[in-house]
Amino acid sequence: MTEKNMPLWEVFVRTRNGLAHQHCGSVHAADKDMALQHARDVYTRRNEGVSLWVVRSNDITASDPAEKEMMFEPAASKIYRHPTFYDVPEDVGHM
Amino acid sequence: MYTQGLNTGDKTQSDDPREAVFQARIDRDEKIEPNDWMPEAYRKTLVRQMAQHAHSEIIGMQPEGNWITRAPSLRRKAALLAKVQDEGGHGLYLYSAAETLGVTREEMQQQLIDQKAKYSSIFNYPTLTWADMGAIGWLVDGAAIMNQIPLCRCSYGPYARAMIRICKEESFHQRQGYEIMITLARGTPGQKKMAQDALNRWWWPSLMMFGPPDGESLHSTDAMKWRIKRFSNDELRQKFVDATVPQGHFLGLEFPDPKLKFNEKTKHWDFGEIDWSEFKNVISGNGPCNAQRIAQRRKAHDDGQWVREAALAYAEKQQAQTQLQAAE
Repeated sequence: MTEKNMPLWEVFVRTRNGLAHQHCGSVHAADKDMALQHARDVYTRRNEGVSLWVVRSNDITASDPAEKEMMFEPAASKIYRHPTFYDVPEDVGHM
Repeated sequence: MYTQGLNTGDKTQSDDPREAVFQARIDRDEKIEPNDWMPEAYRKTLVRQMAQHAHSEIIGMQPEGNWITRAPSLRRKAALLAKVQDEGGHGLYLYSAAETLGVTREEMQQQLIDQKAKYSSIFNYPTLTWADMGAIGWLVDGAAIMNQIPLCRCSYGPYARAMIRICKEESFHQRQGYEIMITLARGTPGQKKMAQDALNRWWWPSLMMFGPPDGESLHSTDAMKWRIKRFSNDELRQKFVDATVPQGHFLGLEFPDPKLKFNEKTKHWDFGEIDWSEFKNVISGNGPCNAQRIAQRRKAHDDGQWVREAALAYAEKQQAQTQLQAAE
């Protein structure tokens, strides 16, 4: 097949006002207008959203799952970053 | 629907230490995500199953699309149109999920057109009357739901998420089908006869949708171990029969199986022998409509080529203009 492939776009939907956009899938489209149109047809047939984002998949930089520990483990070992690490006398009340 | 494709596959035997870690993640019910390490056979099994599943949705648009222009009322027409559009949407969710495993959409589509990929055998039967729209929604989508609900918990994240969306939408499909059946079954004697005829033709092919009996299903073991599949073909088939038979009796219709009988001991409906030679014949390309379905898919693909080319050419031109303006 000599035909050129259609670029891939990732689709993000905001389900309600006040919520963040969330990834829901992808579509193929030649340009951004077509990507938005396809995203609407494929992912919001039943009032699933009030706003759509489409982003070229090639433009997304992702962390490497193999480096998951190096990236995220240090956060787990620093329990002093959480409020429950600190003792506050009960008499002080809610803080 | 349509997971019956899980009948061919690749054996897994490897000494890779990562495999044990991978299996342990599966056993803990962790989801596997696109860039995680996975055994090649897991990837291949998933690509094959998801592609077959997607192809089934796309081909599945044809038998029902056949009746859109002849729907008996505007209400029925709107519902059928929405259902067929959903099937197309389901195909797209699944292609998109399969692409996360490194296969391109173009490859998958080409394999379908070249008859190198399978799809559910059920779509190779013709839709002869309007009652078939009822029987397909009720039985075919009913069987599909049985098959698909466990897939919502499948170990591969993108597949499981796609299945959750699909299952939510399938419920409308089954209910609209049953409503058509009930309207016909309570109609004139002629309409009731149509409903009975549709049940007669679709019942056995619907049971075949669950795939070969457990003893003969080549790939079940690995798929179970990897938690792609959670119930065996026979278990799901029995569940479907148990759920569907009372619905059929409610319609006042008869199932085309003299051996169908409630078993007081097991509390399940016993049913007759399935004609597996018919199933093998249809799945290997010799069903009543195989050639027609593929020819139609190929024509749609070829007819759309100029549109794809034009869209890409337009996008390129727009991009070149933007770059030119930026340079000025």
